[in-house]
Amino acid sequence: MSGHDWPLWEVFIRSKGGLAHRHVGSVHAPDAELALAHARDTYTRRLEGVSIWVVPSAEIVASDPEQAGELFEPAESKIYRHPTFYDIPDEVKHI
Amino acid sequence: MATIAVDPRTEYLLRLGDDALVLGQRLSEWTGHGPVLEVDISLANLALDLVGEATLLLGEAGDGEQLAFHRDVLDFRNCLLVEQPNGDFAQTIARHLLYTTWQHMLLQRLQQSSDKFLSEIAHKAVKEVAYHRDLASDWTIRLGDGTDESARRMAEGLDWNWRFIPELFEVDEGLQAAIDAGIAVDPRTFEDEYRSAIASVLAEAKLEAPADQRPILGGRRGHHSEHLGHLLAEMQFLPRTYPDAKW
Repeated sequence: MSGHDWPLWEVFIRSKGGLAHRHVGSVHAPDAELALAHARDTYTRRLEGVSIWVVPSAEIVASDPEQAGELFEPAESKIYRHPTFYDIPDEVKHI
Repeated sequence: MATIAVDPRTEYLLRLGDDALVLGQRLSEWTGHGPVLEVDISLANLALDLVGEATLLLGEAGDGEQLAFHRDVLDFRNCLLVEQPNGDFAQTIARHLLYTTWQHMLLQRLQQSSDKFLSEIAHKAVKEVAYHRDLASDWTIRLGDGTDESARRMAEGLDWNWRFIPELFEVDEGLQAAIDAGIAVDPRTFEDEYRSAIASVLAEAKLEAPADQRPILGGRRGHHSEHLGHLLAEMQFLPRTYPDAKW
């Protein structure tokens, strides 16, 4: 099987109302419409989703792994930025 | 010929159930052979939808397992279109477009059947069949309005399957009895709508409709093409050879 001439699309699925779309994988497809169809057939077969986004993989701008040190390490020592000093009521589910 | 004498309702269930079973089995032959991985999964999904419909319909007609795996070719009531060979991907898509466009229009109307089971199954299946029809239409347009080769293959695929359209609208004694009983849909009521729906997909695909040929009928009464026997041989081999097998 080939399909190498088809561009790659990143697939995001929202599992239910109120939650954010999550990246679940990628599919090959010749255009956006078929990318949605392929994403639907590949990633929502077991009732995983209520909404699908597809984005051309080439359009994703990614950070450079070599810059990981300067980008992310400074945050490691700043524990006070975590909102862990609050009491969260049990009724609050998604936070 | 027919070794099972049946009432109009059972006859109708067998016709619809056998259509779904045979088309599902045909599509499942693509598994592992799809042109690309995503299409392979897509075709397998379509096959599973159809096998699911067949399970419900044949289960209502009688012992579904027995009907699927232990019936001989002359007792199958599917239309000739669904047993046609897959050919290439375009030929498979042509068959799926011609069948599911018809099936969708049928199910829309079958929701008003006086038979509770048929009405409920129509209500359930109409959404998944709408997806089948849309996907087949999409691919027809892409291949028809694609490269010279894809357009040629799409035209050939339509040409192969075109002569089996009239059978979809045939009302024989068996179907007339089910229509009279208020449980079945008279397909002639949507033939014009069907013809124009197909014509508009073909126009968008920049394809000419094939010329109407001599219609080939008989599937509903057990007169099948040689292709169905081979399909059943593969599908029924295991349960017939190992009747006690469990899986």
